[in-house]
Amino acid sequence: MKLKQLSVFLENRPGHLSRVCEVLAGAGINIVTMTLADTREFGILRLIVREWQRAKEVLEAASFAVNTTDVMAIEVADEPGGLEKILKAAEAGGLSVEYMYAFACKQKKNALIVIRFDNIERASAVLEAAGIGILSAAEFYA
Amino acid sequence: METNIHPESIPDYMESGELRTLQLQRLKATVQRCYDNVALFRQRMDERGLKPADVRSLADVAKLPFTQKTDLRDTYPYGLFAVPMKEVVRLHASSGTTGKPIVVGYTRDDLEVWSSVMLRSFVATGMHAGDVLQNAYGYGLFTGGLGAHYGAERLGATVIPISGGNTERQILVMKDFGVTAICCTPSYFIHLIEKVNAGGISFKELGVKVGVFGAEPWTEAMRAYIQRESGIKAFDIYGLTEIIGPGVGIECCEQAGLHIFEDHFLIEIVDPETGEVLPDGQEGELIITTLTKQAFPMIRYRTHDITSIIPERCACGRTIRRISRIRSRSDDMMIIRGVNVFPSQIEAALLSVEEAVPHYQILLTRKGGLDQIEVQVEVTKEMFGDRISELESIQLRLAQAIDHITGLRVPVRLVEPHTIARSEGKAKRVIDNRNQ
Repeated sequence: MKLKQLSVFLENRPGHLSRVCEVLAGAGINIVTMTLADTREFGILRLIVREWQRAKEVLEAASFAVNTTDVMAIEVADEPGGLEKILKAAEAGGLSVEYMYAFACKQKKNALIVIRFDNIERASAVLEAAGIGILSAAEFYA
Repeated sequence: METNIHPESIPDYMESGELRTLQLQRLKATVQRCYDNVALFRQRMDERGLKPADVRSLADVAKLPFTQKTDLRDTYPYGLFAVPMKEVVRLHASSGTTGKPIVVGYTRDDLEVWSSVMLRSFVATGMHAGDVLQNAYGYGLFTGGLGAHYGAERLGATVIPISGGNTERQILVMKDFGVTAICCTPSYFIHLIEKVNAGGISFKELGVKVGVFGAEPWTEAMRAYIQRESGIKAFDIYGLTEIIGPGVGIECCEQAGLHIFEDHFLIEIVDPETGEVLPDGQEGELIITTLTKQAFPMIRYRTHDITSIIPERCACGRTIRRISRIRSRSDDMMIIRGVNVFPSQIEAALLSVEEAVPHYQILLTRKGGLDQIEVQVEVTKEMFGDRISELESIQLRLAQAIDHITGLRVPVRLVEPHTIARSEGKAKRVIDNRNQ
Protein backbone atom coordinates (compact mmCIF):
# COMPACT_ATOMS: atom_id res chain seq x y z
CA MET A 1 0.00 0.00 0.00
CA LYS A 2 1.35 3.36 -1.04
CA LEU A 3 1.11 6.40 1.18
CA LYS A 4 1.35 9.97 -0.05
CA GLN A 5 4.18 11.92 1.50
CA LEU A 6 4.34 15.68 1.11
CA SER A 7 7.72 17.35 0.57
CA VAL A 8 7.97 21.03 1.41
CA PHE A 9 10.91 23.26 0.53
CA LEU A 10 12.11 25.32 3.50
CA GLU A 11 14.84 27.84 3.89
CA ASN A 12 17.00 26.93 6.83
CA ARG A 13 16.07 29.94 8.94
CA PRO A 14 14.39 30.38 12.28
CA GLY A 15 10.62 30.33 12.10
CA HIS A 16 10.23 28.63 8.74
CA LEU A 17 9.46 25.17 10.12
CA SER A 18 6.99 26.47 12.66
CA ARG A 19 5.23 28.37 9.88
CA VAL A 20 4.40 25.05 8.16
CA CYS A 21 3.06 23.65 11.43
CA GLU A 22 1.04 26.82 11.96
CA VAL A 23 -0.56 26.58 8.50
CA LEU A 24 -1.47 22.92 9.02
CA ALA A 25 -2.75 23.49 12.54
CA GLY A 26 -4.83 26.39 11.27
CA ALA A 27 -6.51 24.01 8.83
CA GLY A 28 -7.06 21.43 11.56
CA ILE A 29 -4.64 18.98 9.97
CA ASN A 30 -2.73 16.62 12.24
CA ILE A 31 0.79 15.56 11.33
CA VAL A 32 1.09 11.78 11.58
CA THR A 33 4.83 11.81 11.17
CA MET A 34 7.56 13.88 9.59
CA THR A 35 11.26 14.14 8.99
CA LEU A 36 13.51 16.99 7.94
CA ALA A 37 16.41 16.62 5.52
CA ASP A 38 18.56 19.68 5.49
CA THR A 39 21.71 21.41 4.38
CA ARG A 40 23.19 24.59 5.80
CA GLU A 41 20.95 26.76 3.61
CA PHE A 42 17.76 24.85 3.02
CA GLY A 43 15.85 21.71 3.78
CA ILE A 44 13.01 19.49 2.68
CA LEU A 45 10.36 18.72 5.22
CA ARG A 46 8.74 15.37 4.52
CA LEU A 47 5.32 15.00 6.04
CA ILE A 48 2.69 12.34 6.33
CA VAL A 49 -0.81 13.58 7.04
CA ARG A 50 -4.14 11.92 6.52
CA GLU A 51 -5.71 14.70 4.41
CA TRP A 52 -2.77 15.15 2.11
CA GLN A 53 -4.66 16.86 -0.73
CA ARG A 54 -6.00 19.53 1.58
CA ALA A 55 -2.66 19.91 3.33
CA LYS A 56 -1.04 20.46 -0.08
CA GLU A 57 -3.67 23.05 -0.95
CA VAL A 58 -3.31 25.05 2.24
CA LEU A 59 0.48 24.95 2.09
CA GLU A 60 0.51 26.03 -1.54
CA ALA A 61 -1.94 28.79 -0.73
CA ALA A 62 0.56 29.90 1.91
CA SER A 63 3.19 30.07 -0.89
CA PHE A 64 5.14 26.91 -0.06
CA ALA A 65 6.56 24.73 -2.84
CA VAL A 66 5.03 21.29 -2.19
CA ASN A 67 5.47 17.95 -3.94
CA THR A 68 4.06 14.50 -3.33
CA THR A 69 5.92 11.20 -3.35
CA ASP A 70 4.73 7.66 -2.86
CA VAL A 71 6.21 5.93 0.16
CA MET A 72 5.47 2.76 2.04
CA ALA A 73 4.70 2.19 5.70
CA ILE A 74 5.81 -1.08 7.17
CA GLU A 75 5.34 -2.51 10.61
CA VAL A 76 8.61 -3.71 12.10
CA ALA A 77 8.74 -6.30 14.82
CA ASP A 78 10.11 -4.64 17.94
CA GLU A 79 12.90 -7.18 18.42
CA PRO A 80 16.48 -7.72 17.29
CA GLY A 81 16.64 -8.42 13.55
CA GLY A 82 13.19 -6.92 12.90
CA LEU A 83 14.41 -4.29 10.46
CA GLU A 84 17.13 -6.52 9.09
CA LYS A 85 14.57 -8.99 7.82
CA ILE A 86 12.87 -6.28 5.79
CA LEU A 87 16.06 -4.82 4.40
CA LYS A 88 17.39 -8.24 3.44
CA ALA A 89 14.20 -8.98 1.52
CA ALA A 90 14.44 -5.62 -0.24
CA GLU A 91 18.09 -6.19 -1.09
CA ALA A 92 17.38 -9.65 -2.45
CA GLY A 93 14.69 -8.11 -4.63
CA GLY A 94 17.15 -5.56 -6.05
CA LEU A 95 15.51 -2.62 -4.30
CA SER A 96 17.32 0.28 -2.81
CA VAL A 97 16.20 2.48 0.03
CA GLU A 98 16.36 6.20 -0.70
CA TYR A 99 15.60 7.11 2.91
CA MET A 100 13.51 5.94 5.83
CA TYR A 101 12.20 7.20 9.11
CA ALA A 102 10.61 5.44 12.04
CA PHE A 103 7.92 6.38 14.46
CA ALA A 104 5.82 4.84 17.17
CA CYS A 105 2.08 4.57 17.15
CA LYS A 106 -0.29 4.11 20.09
CA GLN A 107 -2.41 1.46 18.43
CA LYS A 108 0.51 -0.76 17.43
CA LYS A 109 2.89 -2.46 19.71
CA ASN A 110 5.50 -2.58 16.98
CA ALA A 111 7.46 0.28 15.47
CA LEU A 112 6.40 1.70 12.14
CA ILE A 113 8.81 2.78 9.45
CA VAL A 114 8.19 4.86 6.40
CA ILE A 115 10.45 3.81 3.53
CA ARG A 116 11.02 5.51 0.23
CA PHE A 117 12.18 2.83 -2.22
CA ASP A 118 13.65 3.67 -5.60
CA ASN A 119 10.91 1.59 -7.23
CA ILE A 120 7.75 1.44 -5.21
CA GLU A 121 5.85 -0.83 -7.59
CA ARG A 122 8.47 -3.51 -7.39
CA ALA A 123 8.86 -2.92 -3.67
CA SER A 124 5.24 -3.89 -3.02
CA ALA A 125 5.63 -7.12 -4.96
CA VAL A 126 8.97 -8.02 -3.43
CA LEU A 127 7.94 -7.39 0.16
CA GLU A 128 4.60 -9.12 -0.18
CA ALA A 129 6.31 -12.15 -1.66
CA ALA A 130 8.65 -12.15 1.33
CA GLY A 131 5.64 -12.10 3.66
CA ILE A 132 6.39 -8.65 5.05
CA GLY A 133 3.36 -6.74 6.27
CA ILE A 134 2.81 -3.47 4.47
CA LEU A 135 0.29 -1.30 6.22
CA SER A 136 -2.88 -0.28 4.44
CA ALA A 137 -3.94 3.34 4.68
CA ALA A 138 -6.75 2.35 7.03
CA GLU A 139 -4.35 0.64 9.38
CA PHE A 140 -1.82 3.40 9.10
CA TYR A 141 -4.14 6.24 9.96
CA ALA A 142 -6.08 4.23 12.54
CA MET B 1 5.90 43.50 -46.98
CA GLU B 2 2.59 44.22 -45.33
CA THR B 3 -0.01 44.85 -47.98
CA ASN B 4 -2.20 47.29 -46.08
CA ILE B 5 0.03 49.87 -44.52
CA HIS B 6 -1.63 52.05 -41.90
CA PRO B 7 -1.56 55.63 -43.27
CA GLU B 8 0.35 56.87 -40.23
CA SER B 9 2.94 54.11 -40.63
CA ILE B 10 3.94 55.22 -44.14
CA PRO B 11 7.16 56.89 -42.86
CA ASP B 12 8.22 53.42 -41.59
CA TYR B 13 8.69 52.51 -45.27
CA MET B 14 10.22 55.76 -46.50
CA GLU B 15 12.95 55.46 -49.10
CA SER B 16 16.30 55.84 -47.36
CA GLY B 17 17.56 58.91 -49.27
CA GLU B 18 14.29 60.69 -48.72
CA LEU B 19 14.44 59.85 -45.00
CA ARG B 20 18.00 61.19 -44.65
CA THR B 21 17.02 64.42 -46.38
CA LEU B 22 14.08 64.82 -44.02
CA GLN B 23 16.28 64.05 -41.01
CA LEU B 24 18.86 66.66 -42.02
CA GLN B 25 16.25 69.32 -42.57
CA ARG B 26 14.72 68.56 -39.15
CA LEU B 27 18.10 68.35 -37.44
CA LYS B 28 19.06 71.81 -38.69
CA ALA B 29 15.80 73.26 -37.43
CA THR B 30 16.19 71.56 -34.03
CA VAL B 31 19.76 72.79 -33.59
CA GLN B 32 18.72 76.32 -34.51
CA ARG B 33 15.79 76.21 -32.10
CA CYS B 34 17.93 74.92 -29.24
CA TYR B 35 20.62 77.50 -29.96
CA ASP B 36 18.04 80.27 -29.88
CA ASN B 37 16.14 79.10 -26.80
CA VAL B 38 18.25 76.85 -24.55
CA ALA B 39 20.99 78.75 -22.71
CA LEU B 40 23.04 75.68 -21.77
CA PHE B 41 23.13 74.44 -25.37
CA ARG B 42 24.06 77.86 -26.74
CA GLN B 43 26.85 78.20 -24.21
CA ARG B 44 28.29 74.79 -25.11
CA MET B 45 28.10 75.58 -28.83
CA ASP B 46 29.83 78.90 -28.27
CA GLU B 47 32.56 77.24 -26.20
CA ARG B 48 33.29 75.02 -29.19
CA GLY B 49 33.08 77.90 -31.64
CA LEU B 50 30.11 76.26 -33.33
CA LYS B 51 27.10 77.89 -34.98
CA PRO B 52 23.90 76.13 -36.06
CA ALA B 53 24.94 76.75 -39.66
CA ASP B 54 27.91 74.40 -39.11
CA VAL B 55 25.50 71.49 -39.32
CA ARG B 56 25.54 70.84 -43.07
CA SER B 57 25.24 67.06 -43.17
CA LEU B 58 23.88 64.35 -40.86
CA ALA B 59 27.47 63.36 -40.04
CA ASP B 60 27.99 66.85 -38.60
CA VAL B 61 25.84 65.82 -35.63
CA ALA B 62 29.04 64.30 -34.23
CA LYS B 63 30.43 67.83 -33.72
CA LEU B 64 27.61 68.76 -31.37
CA PRO B 65 27.94 68.54 -27.59
CA PHE B 66 26.34 65.64 -25.73
CA THR B 67 23.48 66.16 -23.29
CA GLN B 68 23.77 64.17 -20.06
CA LYS B 69 21.20 63.21 -17.48
CA THR B 70 23.05 65.46 -15.04
CA ASP B 71 22.27 68.40 -17.33
CA LEU B 72 18.58 67.77 -16.68
CA ARG B 73 19.18 67.79 -12.94
CA ASP B 74 21.36 70.87 -13.08
CA THR B 75 18.72 72.84 -14.98
CA TYR B 76 15.79 71.51 -12.92
CA PRO B 77 12.94 72.01 -13.49
CA TYR B 78 12.55 73.92 -16.78
CA GLY B 79 16.07 74.95 -17.81
CA LEU B 80 16.15 72.88 -21.01
CA PHE B 81 12.67 73.84 -22.23
CA ALA B 82 12.80 75.51 -25.65
CA VAL B 83 9.34 77.12 -25.67
CA PRO B 84 7.56 79.49 -23.29
CA MET B 85 5.52 77.70 -20.61
CA LYS B 86 2.27 78.92 -22.12
CA GLU B 87 2.90 76.56 -25.05
CA VAL B 88 3.56 73.59 -22.77
CA VAL B 89 0.34 71.60 -22.35
CA ARG B 90 1.69 68.62 -20.42
CA LEU B 91 4.46 67.78 -18.00
CA HIS B 92 5.82 64.35 -17.12
CA ALA B 93 8.54 63.47 -14.69
CA SER B 94 10.75 60.51 -14.12
CA SER B 95 11.67 59.49 -10.63
CA GLY B 96 15.40 59.78 -10.44
CA THR B 97 17.11 57.14 -8.33
CA THR B 98 18.61 59.93 -6.30
CA GLY B 99 17.29 63.35 -5.43
CA LYS B 100 14.94 65.36 -7.59
CA PRO B 101 13.00 63.98 -10.55
CA ILE B 102 13.67 65.07 -14.10
CA VAL B 103 10.89 67.10 -15.66
CA VAL B 104 9.93 67.08 -19.33
CA GLY B 105 7.32 69.10 -21.21
CA TYR B 106 5.20 68.69 -24.33
CA THR B 107 3.51 71.15 -26.64
CA ARG B 108 0.29 70.18 -28.35
CA ASP B 109 2.32 69.19 -31.42
CA ASP B 110 4.66 67.10 -29.28
CA LEU B 111 1.68 65.15 -27.96
CA GLU B 112 0.55 64.57 -31.56
CA VAL B 113 3.97 63.19 -32.45
CA TRP B 114 4.02 61.02 -29.36
CA SER B 115 0.62 59.47 -29.93
CA SER B 116 1.58 58.95 -33.58
CA VAL B 117 4.79 57.06 -32.81
CA MET B 118 2.89 55.00 -30.21
CA LEU B 119 0.26 54.21 -32.85
CA ARG B 120 3.01 53.13 -35.24
CA SER B 121 4.47 51.01 -32.44
CA PHE B 122 1.19 49.19 -31.88
CA VAL B 123 0.71 48.72 -35.63
CA ALA B 124 4.17 47.14 -35.86
CA THR B 125 3.11 44.49 -33.32
CA GLY B 126 0.13 43.58 -35.47
CA MET B 127 -2.43 45.38 -33.31
CA HIS B 128 -5.33 47.10 -35.03
CA ALA B 129 -8.50 49.06 -34.39
CA GLY B 130 -10.44 46.04 -33.14
CA ASP B 131 -8.06 45.26 -30.28
CA VAL B 132 -8.96 45.67 -26.62
CA LEU B 133 -5.88 46.95 -24.80
CA GLN B 134 -5.43 46.54 -21.09
CA ASN B 135 -3.05 49.38 -20.32
CA ALA B 136 -1.38 48.35 -17.08
CA TYR B 137 1.40 50.91 -17.32
CA GLY B 138 1.16 53.38 -14.50
CA TYR B 139 -0.88 56.52 -15.24
CA GLY B 140 0.49 59.72 -13.86
CA LEU B 141 3.85 61.41 -14.03
CA PHE B 142 5.35 58.24 -15.53
CA THR B 143 5.19 58.45 -19.34
CA GLY B 144 4.17 54.81 -19.85
CA GLY B 145 0.47 55.04 -19.01
CA LEU B 146 -0.59 58.13 -20.93
CA GLY B 147 1.85 57.42 -23.78
CA ALA B 148 0.34 54.01 -24.50
CA HIS B 149 -3.16 55.33 -23.82
CA TYR B 150 -3.23 58.02 -26.49
CA GLY B 151 -1.37 55.90 -29.05
CA ALA B 152 -3.87 53.07 -28.71
CA GLU B 153 -6.86 55.43 -28.80
CA ARG B 154 -5.44 57.04 -31.93
CA LEU B 155 -5.21 53.58 -33.46
CA GLY B 156 -8.86 53.03 -32.63
CA ALA B 157 -8.24 50.22 -30.15
CA THR B 158 -10.48 50.00 -27.08
CA VAL B 159 -8.33 51.19 -24.21
CA ILE B 160 -8.88 50.01 -20.65
CA PRO B 161 -7.00 52.57 -18.56
CA ILE B 162 -6.54 50.25 -15.59
CA SER B 163 -3.05 51.56 -14.73
CA GLY B 164 -0.62 49.49 -12.67
CA GLY B 165 -1.27 47.43 -9.58
CA ASN B 166 -4.31 45.69 -8.09
CA THR B 167 -3.50 42.31 -9.56
CA GLU B 168 -6.87 40.76 -8.68
CA ARG B 169 -8.70 43.42 -10.66
CA GLN B 170 -6.25 43.12 -13.56
CA ILE B 171 -7.08 39.42 -13.80
CA LEU B 172 -10.81 39.99 -13.55
CA VAL B 173 -10.66 42.55 -16.35
CA MET B 174 -8.44 40.33 -18.46
CA LYS B 175 -10.93 37.48 -18.15
CA ASP B 176 -14.17 39.42 -18.52
CA PHE B 177 -13.49 42.37 -20.84
CA GLY B 178 -12.33 40.49 -23.92
CA VAL B 179 -8.79 41.78 -23.61
CA THR B 180 -6.62 40.97 -26.65
CA ALA B 181 -3.53 43.05 -25.88
CA ILE B 182 -1.74 44.23 -22.77
CA CYS B 183 0.92 46.79 -21.89
CA CYS B 184 3.00 46.61 -18.71
CA THR B 185 6.51 45.87 -17.52
CA PRO B 186 7.69 42.35 -18.40
CA SER B 187 8.26 41.52 -14.73
CA TYR B 188 4.71 42.49 -13.82
CA PHE B 189 3.36 40.40 -16.69
CA ILE B 190 5.16 37.35 -15.29
CA HIS B 191 3.51 38.07 -11.98
CA LEU B 192 0.13 38.17 -13.76
CA ILE B 193 0.76 34.85 -15.53
CA GLU B 194 1.64 33.28 -12.21
CA LYS B 195 -1.47 34.64 -10.49
CA VAL B 196 -3.80 33.59 -13.31
CA ASN B 197 -2.36 30.08 -13.33
CA ALA B 198 -2.61 29.87 -9.53
CA GLY B 199 -6.31 30.68 -9.84
CA GLY B 200 -6.89 27.36 -11.57
CA ILE B 201 -7.13 28.43 -15.22
CA SER B 202 -4.33 28.51 -17.74
CA PHE B 203 -3.31 31.92 -19.03
CA LYS B 204 -3.43 30.41 -22.51
CA GLU B 205 -7.21 30.07 -22.25
CA LEU B 206 -7.55 33.86 -22.06
CA GLY B 207 -7.93 35.84 -25.26
CA VAL B 208 -4.75 37.89 -24.87
CA LYS B 209 -2.62 37.66 -28.04
CA VAL B 210 -0.14 40.52 -27.83
CA GLY B 211 1.94 42.00 -25.03
CA VAL B 212 3.89 45.23 -25.40
CA PHE B 213 6.49 45.29 -22.67
CA GLY B 214 8.97 47.94 -21.74
CA ALA B 215 10.27 50.36 -19.12
CA GLU B 216 12.90 47.87 -17.95
CA PRO B 217 15.49 45.74 -19.71
CA TRP B 218 14.52 42.12 -20.33
CA THR B 219 16.23 39.29 -22.10
CA GLU B 220 15.48 36.97 -25.00
CA ALA B 221 15.28 34.16 -22.43
CA MET B 222 12.59 36.09 -20.58
CA ARG B 223 10.65 36.49 -23.84
CA ALA B 224 10.85 32.75 -24.47
CA TYR B 225 9.53 32.13 -20.96
CA ILE B 226 6.66 34.62 -21.33
CA GLN B 227 5.59 33.31 -24.74
CA ARG B 228 5.76 29.70 -23.60
CA GLU B 229 3.87 30.25 -20.36
CA SER B 230 1.20 32.65 -21.62
CA GLY B 231 0.77 31.81 -25.31
CA ILE B 232 0.95 35.51 -26.27
CA LYS B 233 3.43 37.16 -28.61
CA ALA B 234 5.68 39.45 -26.56
CA PHE B 235 7.13 42.67 -28.02
CA ASP B 236 9.81 44.90 -26.64
CA ILE B 237 9.09 48.62 -26.78
CA TYR B 238 11.78 51.22 -26.25
CA GLY B 239 11.63 54.75 -25.02
CA LEU B 240 12.75 57.07 -22.32
CA THR B 241 11.21 60.04 -20.60
CA GLU B 242 14.03 62.36 -21.64
CA ILE B 243 13.31 61.69 -25.32
CA ILE B 244 9.50 61.38 -25.40
CA GLY B 245 8.52 58.33 -23.33
CA PRO B 246 7.64 54.96 -24.88
CA GLY B 247 7.46 54.93 -28.68
CA VAL B 248 11.06 55.71 -29.63
CA GLY B 249 11.35 52.20 -31.01
CA ILE B 250 9.44 48.93 -31.23
CA GLU B 251 9.86 45.37 -32.39
CA CYS B 252 7.86 44.33 -35.43
CA CYS B 253 6.43 40.85 -35.98
CA GLU B 254 9.91 39.60 -36.94
CA GLN B 255 11.01 40.19 -33.33
CA ALA B 256 14.52 40.80 -34.59
CA GLY B 257 15.54 44.16 -33.18
CA LEU B 258 13.67 47.38 -32.49
CA HIS B 259 12.76 49.74 -35.32
CA ILE B 260 13.53 53.33 -34.39
CA PHE B 261 11.13 55.96 -35.71
CA GLU B 262 13.95 57.71 -37.50
CA ASP B 263 11.82 60.49 -38.93
CA HIS B 264 11.53 61.76 -35.33
CA PHE B 265 14.67 60.42 -33.65
CA LEU B 266 18.24 60.51 -34.96
CA ILE B 267 20.35 57.68 -33.57
CA GLU B 268 24.10 57.20 -33.21
CA ILE B 269 26.20 54.61 -31.42
CA VAL B 270 29.29 55.87 -29.62
CA ASP B 271 32.07 54.37 -27.59
CA PRO B 272 30.85 54.94 -24.01
CA GLU B 273 34.38 55.74 -22.84
CA THR B 274 35.61 58.08 -25.56
CA GLY B 275 32.34 59.33 -27.03
CA GLU B 276 33.63 58.53 -30.51
CA VAL B 277 31.00 57.56 -33.09
CA LEU B 278 31.08 53.86 -33.98
CA PRO B 279 30.07 52.29 -37.29
CA ASP B 280 26.77 50.44 -37.76
CA GLY B 281 26.82 46.95 -36.34
CA GLN B 282 29.25 47.77 -33.59
CA GLU B 283 28.05 47.76 -30.00
CA GLY B 284 28.18 50.91 -27.93
CA GLU B 285 26.07 53.52 -26.20
CA LEU B 286 22.94 54.73 -27.94
CA ILE B 287 22.79 58.50 -28.50
CA ILE B 288 19.48 60.08 -29.50
CA THR B 289 18.72 63.49 -30.97
CA THR B 290 15.07 64.45 -31.25
CA LEU B 291 14.13 65.82 -34.67
CA THR B 292 10.65 67.21 -34.10
CA LYS B 293 10.25 67.86 -30.38
CA GLN B 294 9.30 71.47 -29.61
CA ALA B 295 9.03 71.88 -25.84
CA PHE B 296 11.86 69.62 -24.79
CA PRO B 297 14.25 68.97 -27.68
CA MET B 298 17.29 66.84 -26.96
CA ILE B 299 20.60 67.08 -28.74
CA ARG B 300 22.78 63.95 -28.56
CA TYR B 301 21.28 62.58 -25.38
CA ARG B 302 23.41 59.92 -23.73
CA THR B 303 20.99 57.10 -22.98
CA HIS B 304 23.53 54.80 -21.27
CA ASP B 305 21.78 51.99 -23.11
CA ILE B 306 24.17 49.56 -24.74
CA THR B 307 23.12 48.31 -28.18
CA SER B 308 24.11 48.38 -31.85
CA ILE B 309 22.49 49.59 -35.07
CA ILE B 310 21.37 46.79 -37.38
CA PRO B 311 22.00 48.22 -40.86
CA GLU B 312 20.32 45.38 -42.81
CA ARG B 313 16.80 45.85 -44.11
CA CYS B 314 14.20 44.08 -41.95
CA ALA B 315 12.16 41.25 -43.45
CA CYS B 316 8.98 43.09 -42.43
CA GLY B 317 9.64 45.65 -45.19
CA ARG B 318 10.17 48.66 -42.95
CA THR B 319 13.07 50.81 -44.06
CA ILE B 320 13.61 52.57 -40.75
CA ARG B 321 16.63 50.99 -39.12
CA ARG B 322 16.66 48.76 -36.08
CA ILE B 323 18.77 48.59 -32.95
CA SER B 324 19.41 45.28 -31.26
CA ARG B 325 17.53 44.73 -28.01
CA ILE B 326 19.09 46.75 -25.22
CA ARG B 327 21.64 44.39 -23.72
CA SER B 328 22.14 46.50 -20.68
CA ARG B 329 22.38 49.98 -19.33
CA SER B 330 25.92 51.08 -18.77
CA ASP B 331 24.92 52.49 -15.39
CA ASP B 332 23.47 49.10 -14.31
CA MET B 333 26.89 47.58 -14.60
CA MET B 334 28.20 45.95 -11.46
CA ILE B 335 31.90 45.44 -10.94
CA ILE B 336 32.40 42.26 -8.97
CA ARG B 337 35.97 41.31 -8.09
CA GLY B 338 37.11 43.38 -11.03
CA VAL B 339 34.73 41.76 -13.53
CA ASN B 340 32.00 43.77 -15.25
CA VAL B 341 28.63 42.09 -14.78
CA PHE B 342 25.19 43.18 -16.00
CA PRO B 343 21.94 42.04 -14.36
CA SER B 344 20.77 40.94 -17.82
CA GLN B 345 23.62 38.42 -17.97
CA ILE B 346 22.54 36.93 -14.66
CA GLU B 347 18.96 36.73 -15.92
CA ALA B 348 19.99 35.02 -19.16
CA ALA B 349 22.09 32.54 -17.19
CA LEU B 350 19.30 31.68 -14.75
CA LEU B 351 16.72 31.22 -17.48
CA SER B 352 19.04 28.91 -19.39
CA VAL B 353 18.38 26.36 -16.63
CA GLU B 354 15.16 24.69 -17.63
CA GLU B 355 13.37 24.52 -14.30
CA ALA B 356 14.15 28.08 -13.25
CA VAL B 357 11.52 30.80 -13.06
CA PRO B 358 12.31 34.45 -13.56
CA HIS B 359 11.92 35.40 -9.93
CA TYR B 360 15.36 36.33 -8.84
CA GLN B 361 17.25 39.04 -7.08
CA ILE B 362 20.87 40.07 -7.00
CA LEU B 363 22.16 41.05 -3.58
CA LEU B 364 25.33 43.10 -3.30
CA THR B 365 27.12 43.51 0.00
CA ARG B 366 30.59 44.52 1.09
CA LYS B 367 32.72 42.42 3.36
CA GLY B 368 36.23 43.43 4.36
CA GLY B 369 36.34 46.04 1.59
CA LEU B 370 35.41 43.46 -1.08
CA ASP B 371 32.21 43.43 -3.05
CA GLN B 372 30.16 40.29 -2.50
CA ILE B 373 27.38 39.11 -4.75
CA GLU B 374 24.66 36.58 -4.10
CA VAL B 375 21.89 35.57 -6.46
CA GLN B 376 18.63 34.51 -4.87
CA VAL B 377 16.31 32.31 -6.89
CA GLU B 378 12.85 31.19 -5.89
CA VAL B 379 12.26 27.47 -5.69
CA THR B 380 9.32 25.97 -7.55
CA LYS B 381 7.92 22.52 -7.13
CA GLU B 382 9.28 21.64 -10.56
CA MET B 383 12.79 21.89 -9.12
CA PHE B 384 12.55 18.98 -6.72
CA GLY B 385 10.63 15.90 -5.68
CA ASP B 386 11.57 14.85 -2.21
CA ARG B 387 15.35 14.81 -2.27
CA ILE B 388 17.96 17.36 -1.24
CA SER B 389 20.25 16.17 -4.01
CA GLU B 390 17.81 17.44 -6.66
CA LEU B 391 17.96 20.92 -5.17
CA GLU B 392 21.72 20.80 -4.83
CA SER B 393 21.96 19.84 -8.47
CA ILE B 394 19.77 22.81 -9.53
CA GLN B 395 21.82 25.12 -7.35
CA LEU B 396 24.99 23.86 -8.98
CA ARG B 397 23.60 24.17 -12.50
CA LEU B 398 22.45 27.75 -11.82
CA ALA B 399 25.88 28.68 -10.49
CA GLN B 400 27.58 27.00 -13.47
CA ALA B 401 25.34 28.88 -15.90
CA ILE B 402 26.28 32.20 -14.28
CA ASP B 403 29.94 31.21 -14.31
CA HIS B 404 29.64 30.26 -17.97
CA ILE B 405 28.21 33.66 -18.97
CA THR B 406 30.01 36.04 -16.60
CA GLY B 407 33.15 34.11 -15.72
CA LEU B 408 32.36 34.58 -12.05
CA ARG B 409 31.67 32.07 -9.34
CA VAL B 410 28.54 33.49 -7.78
CA PRO B 411 26.80 31.83 -4.85
CA VAL B 412 23.18 30.99 -5.61
CA ARG B 413 20.75 30.84 -2.73
CA LEU B 414 17.47 29.01 -3.14
CA VAL B 415 14.62 30.81 -1.42
CA GLU B 416 10.98 29.95 -0.79
CA PRO B 417 8.35 30.90 -3.38
CA HIS B 418 6.98 34.45 -3.24
CA THR B 419 9.70 35.72 -0.94
CA ILE B 420 11.16 38.04 -3.58
CA ALA B 421 9.04 41.17 -3.78
CA ARG B 422 6.84 41.43 -6.89
CA SER B 423 6.87 44.78 -8.57
CA GLU B 424 3.86 46.39 -10.19
CA GLY B 425 6.13 48.72 -12.09
CA LYS B 426 9.82 48.38 -12.75
CA ALA B 427 11.31 45.30 -11.11
CA LYS B 428 14.05 45.87 -8.60
CA ARG B 429 16.55 43.20 -9.56
CA VAL B 430 19.57 44.47 -7.70
CA ILE B 431 19.59 45.16 -3.98
CA ASP B 432 22.73 47.08 -3.23
CA ASN B 433 23.65 47.05 0.44
CA ARG B 434 27.30 47.82 -0.17
CA ASN B 435 27.17 51.17 1.53
CA GLN B 436 25.21 50.15 4.59
